[in-house]
Amino acid sequence: MRIRVHHATTYDYQHPAEGVVQALRVTPSGYDGQRVIHWRVDVDVDGVLRERRDAFGNCLHIFSADQPVKSLTLRVTGEAEVRETAGVVSGALEPFPPQIFLRTTALTAADEAIRAWAQATEQGEPLARLHALMGRLHDKMAFDTTATNVATPAAEAFTHKRGVCQDYAHIFVAAARFLGIPARYVSGHLARPETDAQDAAHAWAEAFVPDLGWIAFDAANGVCASDSYLRIAVGLDYLDAAPTRGARRGGGEERLSVSVTARDAGLQRQD
Amino acid sequence: MADSFDEMNGWGGSDPRAAYGEIRRWLDETPPEILQTRHAQAELLFRRTGITFSVYGDAEGAERLIPFDVVPRVLTAAEWNRLEQGLVQRVEALNLLLADLYGGQEIIKAGVIPPELVTGNPQYQLAVAGHVPPQGVFVHIAGIDLVRTGPDDFYVLEDNARTPSGVSYMLENREMMLRLFPELLQRAQVAPVETYPDLLLETLRSVSPDGADGDAGIVVLTPGPHNSAFYEHSFLADKMGVELVEGADLFVRDDRVFMRTTEGPRRVDVIYRRIDDAYLDPLFFRPDSTLGVPGLLTAYLAGNVAIANAVGTGVADDKAMYSYMPEIIRFYMGREPLLANVPTWRCREAEHLSYVLDHLPELVVKEVDGSGGYGMLVGPHATKAQIAGFAAKLRAAPEKFIAQPTLALSTCPTLSDGRIQPRHVDLRPFVLTGAKGVKVVPGGLTRVALAPGSLVVNSSQGGGTKDTWVSG
Repeated sequence: MRIRVHHATTYDYQHPAEGVVQALRVTPSGYDGQRVIHWRVDVDVDGVLRERRDAFGNCLHIFSADQPVKSLTLRVTGEAEVRETAGVVSGALEPFPPQIFLRTTALTAADEAIRAWAQATEQGEPLARLHALMGRLHDKMAFDTTATNVATPAAEAFTHKRGVCQDYAHIFVAAARFLGIPARYVSGHLARPETDAQDAAHAWAEAFVPDLGWIAFDAANGVCASDSYLRIAVGLDYLDAAPTRGARRGGGEERLSVSVTARDAGLQRQD
Repeated sequence: MADSFDEMNGWGGSDPRAAYGEIRRWLDETPPEILQTRHAQAELLFRRTGITFSVYGDAEGAERLIPFDVVPRVLTAAEWNRLEQGLVQRVEALNLLLADLYGGQEIIKAGVIPPELVTGNPQYQLAVAGHVPPQGVFVHIAGIDLVRTGPDDFYVLEDNARTPSGVSYMLENREMMLRLFPELLQRAQVAPVETYPDLLLETLRSVSPDGADGDAGIVVLTPGPHNSAFYEHSFLADKMGVELVEGADLFVRDDRVFMRTTEGPRRVDVIYRRIDDAYLDPLFFRPDSTLGVPGLLTAYLAGNVAIANAVGTGVADDKAMYSYMPEIIRFYMGREPLLANVPTWRCREAEHLSYVLDHLPELVVKEVDGSGGYGMLVGPHATKAQIAGFAAKLRAAPEKFIAQPTLALSTCPTLSDGRIQPRHVDLRPFVLTGAKGVKVVPGGLTRVALAPGSLVVNSSQGGGTKDTWVSG
């Protein structure tokens, strides 16, 4: 599928904020199943935008503003071609061996409840276990955009049995790692047929299966990633792959608004 | 106690050991009341300079004076030379280890250390994997903790390769002794330690990134006055004549670090940081950190700033890694270690764990990433209930612990309850590594366990300090 993305993020500060610095992971990289056709990152205030690879091989932009900023809009537009690979991610830049992704982090720590739940997954080959894990998680949790926030750890979301794609991904990763399967967090876009803009991008997980490699599991939707999934960045958890992480001095209250559309570029708009 | 080696009296003969000739004479001649008076003077002076140390876990982090003992600890020049060679070798190996772990990982490929010591270690900072810091130096300042059990038996107890503290006490203790007993120091021909701040500055300057001019911008980065070692941060900045800054005083623009000054931004080339990795940069590490500098890591990865010690050195001073140091030294240096390790059981290994569980009453058990004497079990001094509690912790997470035999640490004469009594000591020399090699000032910080028979010397656990002399 040829996926077209428009991703706009606007920060409005109560007062002009100084020393605004942003780490942006909003640009996809290629792998065997994904080719970037064109991509653009724009910021509407004066400053320096530098591109580099981070330790996980993600494309990272660092933006630092020259002046105090009252409002800042980050606009990302681009197109990429994604092929159906049944969730298999091969040919990506892999600076680390899979074992690195057995590490736990604060956001992906498996508490007693997650461990017991993961342990109850039927025995079998890793691939079968991962599918079972995904199915059970999809059934157990209710999608709810009000129950959690970006800083909610897996264990807390699991207790509430509610959350968003980020929480599903964190819990899946925590459980897989507990079972000894390397797993990681993925941020990206899911092309949706509806035309309304979303207020967040998507997130899912990848787990490493010997002989197959990395496989992408989207527990929030209960499916392996298809050619509707545009992969942007990976890491141990949300913090490593977050589209934006920023810092500033002053500025008072911040109002953040996000608008994302990811659509099949081959479809004609119906309106 | 009787089975400990005493640094003044050896195994208990009537003649003092060579190093302590002057001290023994001095102690014999000086009435204890005079020593007590000097002790009180020292305490008053220290209080006036404001050299304090706040202790975590105390009510409201109460600030406390670390007790100072007026009886110095003495090493002969010959003893020191041997230690110095061993320290240089060990710190060279630590730097080579870090360069390798963040580079090609040859030591893992060679099967010398297990990969999980690195991959699973949260101190192995993935964000800087592959990065070579300016001039290739990782551990610019190391504090290597040594203990002694006999005339020729020194062991490394711990490597401190993150932000070792205590050097201000080494310097202040010497200054105090020079004030209180100038003739004694002269008679004993004590080697100077006062050169440390100059050597530290030279070390930091030597790792300026390429392109920084002779007038490199150097700062000491502190978490602020609430940190337990803040006194030391300001003391060292002052002695070196460089700025003491907090995170908010620095900013990053276009991959370069600047300090805000009244005359406008000033370029910073080298940061002696006394902040843990996790707090250095909220864009890459803990997002809630307000102590760090947003974007600092990108300036570092771009090669535009040196951070001392480098980001990620904690993987090398983990106590599980410590247990492999003899093999690590042989691997990189092609020579036998000059300083011995304390035999160490790794509880992550099933056989070691079962031995440790069977022998807890005679062992010291430590958390692999613990420091400051927190969370450790000293078997011979523990109650049955404490031992049972620790056994449960060990079974639950064996990989988090190592165990060592309880060493009969040497004792030094110490003023206690108005008279001279033997008390257990250790020694932390400070080892500096710059672009031109490794340097150690002759001496270090001697820590003393003030309670009779106690083996825990950490200041956070009520230990005191002594001046350390390399004499003759």
